[in-house]
Amino acid sequence: MSSPHQSSSSVEHHVAHHFKDGEHEFLTAKQGMWLFLLQEVLFFSPLFVGYFIFRHMYYHDFHVAAQQLDWVMGAVNTVILISSSFTMARAVSNAQKGKREETVEALLFTILFAFGFLVVKYLEYSHKIHAGTLPGHFFHDAELLKAAPHAPLFFTFYFAMTGLHAIHVIGGIGILIWILMRARRGEFGPKYFTPVELTGLYWHFVDLVWIYLFPLLYLVG
Amino acid sequence: MSTAVAGTNYLNYPKGLKSWLFTLDHKRIGMLYFFSILFFFLVGGIFALLIRLELMTPGFTIMGPDTYNKVFTYHGTVMVFMVIIPMIPAAMGNFILPMMLGAKDVAFPRLNLASYYVYLFGAMVALATLFFKGVDTGWTFYAPYSTRTGSAAGMMVMAAFIMGFSSIFTGINFIATIHKLRAPGQTWTRLPLFLWALYATSVIQVLATPVLALTLVLLALERVFGIGIFDPALGGDPVLFQHFFWFYSHPAVYIMILPAMGVISEVITVFSRKNIFGYKAMAVATFGIALVAFIVWGHHMFVSGQSHTANFVFSFLTMFVAIPTGVKVFSWVATLYKGSISFYAPMLYALAFLFVFTIGGLTGVVLATLATDVHLTDTYYVVAHFHYVMVGGTLMAFMAAVHYWFPKFFGRMYAEAPARVSWFLIFLGFNVTFLPQFIAGSRGMPRRYYDYVPEFTWLNQLSTIGSWLIALGFVIAAVYLAYALFKGPKAPANPWNSRTLEWESESPPPVENFSHDPVVRHGPYDYHWEAK
Repeated sequence: MSSPHQSSSSVEHHVAHHFKDGEHEFLTAKQGMWLFLLQEVLFFSPLFVGYFIFRHMYYHDFHVAAQQLDWVMGAVNTVILISSSFTMARAVSNAQKGKREETVEALLFTILFAFGFLVVKYLEYSHKIHAGTLPGHFFHDAELLKAAPHAPLFFTFYFAMTGLHAIHVIGGIGILIWILMRARRGEFGPKYFTPVELTGLYWHFVDLVWIYLFPLLYLVG
Repeated sequence: MSTAVAGTNYLNYPKGLKSWLFTLDHKRIGMLYFFSILFFFLVGGIFALLIRLELMTPGFTIMGPDTYNKVFTYHGTVMVFMVIIPMIPAAMGNFILPMMLGAKDVAFPRLNLASYYVYLFGAMVALATLFFKGVDTGWTFYAPYSTRTGSAAGMMVMAAFIMGFSSIFTGINFIATIHKLRAPGQTWTRLPLFLWALYATSVIQVLATPVLALTLVLLALERVFGIGIFDPALGGDPVLFQHFFWFYSHPAVYIMILPAMGVISEVITVFSRKNIFGYKAMAVATFGIALVAFIVWGHHMFVSGQSHTANFVFSFLTMFVAIPTGVKVFSWVATLYKGSISFYAPMLYALAFLFVFTIGGLTGVVLATLATDVHLTDTYYVVAHFHYVMVGGTLMAFMAAVHYWFPKFFGRMYAEAPARVSWFLIFLGFNVTFLPQFIAGSRGMPRRYYDYVPEFTWLNQLSTIGSWLIALGFVIAAVYLAYALFKGPKAPANPWNSRTLEWESESPPPVENFSHDPVVRHGPYDYHWEAK
């Protein structure tokens, strides 16, 4: 095995039989990932459209309900996710250069940030469960209901949107762990780094969704 | 990956059940889809026959209203999600698309296999609802009924959610394959129109399906937790469900018809021995339909209580569908003009398509017109219209495709004489079934009821007799095709003298699709190329 800092991939990657070469395979995979992300945008879109419609319909109620959210928590999570995007970008560039140790390290930090995000999310959710600011029938904050009769609908959207996003974060952690194990085995190098690059695209997308959710839910209002 | 061995083909190499169930070969995955879809077509067809049998006489014939609601729900759900949507792209497209491109496989073979199993799993969940009190919402799952009914609607919407991902995966796979895996010389303007059609279909699959997927999740959450988005009692809006639903489901009808149009373009040129009329206009029209598909969903909701402005705009926009569709129909007819036409079974189905699809398309304009639609909404006129497009259009094209590519799929020829008899019964039966429904509908017979006023009895009986003719036609088709599958005479590589690339390979093709690396030197419909 070569030195840990400049090692290229020690596990040989075989280009699938229907591609000309590794480059062809990489570009095709990347296009597939972009198409998947396009699909993701539309997967989230009903929630955004629904949020805009009901916010327009019940402007006052959504305004009052939004004040129940703690923007500091949201801001902390924004910083955490942007940091994780930075470490993810580092992982991709290190994988391309064949720097195994650095790739593993950057992926590890990305995973830690992702867990940090979920911890903050957990604190926020448990606070809301405690306060009774929950979706639909589960809502039981009588005072808030008097001030804003449609507040439950706001929390429906809050939980649906952040929940769907959190599911994407959890899925991302699973993929990141898998990529980390493959990186440790030395599967990636200048000739083959497709999985790292595609995971990076996915992770930046998850980050980007949060960049929209944070101002829409926590700040506007 | 297995490498080709002399004298073997994709059907007999490698051997064993496991090699089929875990295959990454697009041809085998296409065949898995094909036979699964045929099974679900049988299931959906039996439900259709039960509907028609119940409507033989007014009042109770063989089932009561609650059973009837379930039977038409299963007919619709099975036929839409498990048969018509994957019928041409996933079964025919999977096999043909890489071969037409001159590729060895689709871009992502593992994703392709995953899409098949996701589809199969979703379909199993859907059929499993039969054992949990069934579903009685209709295939549209309209809120608020679907959020309150005691039936297994929640399980059914999750099944549709699962099958949606199969559709998305196939779409992603096809787009990447068309972009990245074209053989040398296979330029964009040499792309067969079937591939343009599959491309446009894939775009819709990737962009529209996720909207339905999330909407169905919200509906399921509404049922289980009462989250309120579609519940007016909690400030939600059931009409919003209709908007989201049709934002997918209107483009979805073009997922059903665009690949059918692609098949017709192939078959009409081959059996007229002429280049397609207006190749570029046809390709543009394909994308025109896909584009307009996304901005006309509101025409399903003229009586839903949406604003008059919205009604007017959606009615106006819907008219635009007729333009690219007209371009296609006229181009097919112009292709026939002065062609040397031969009436083999694929061509008979293509001509039947031209006839019935045009009726389906023109009655669509009647329904797009606001004033007439308000009168015809929820009548049998609508039922007749969409059956003329989906059965008369997609199913006829599917039958054309099955006969056209049968020699390529299985390396054997079917018998032409019974094929013509079966075609005649299906074509005749189809019109006998659905023409009376236009009349009944325009006179006010509502859809979705197990009962009707006695004045409509003769029209309904005609329709029921038609359904038996269709069934008989398909039974005959099943018999001679099954016979041809095992005992048919060996097919040559190119029995129809087609010019597209899949016919350059042997029938059935080897594992790697071609025994040489294909290079494209002529257009897809260039029948007189050698003479030049």
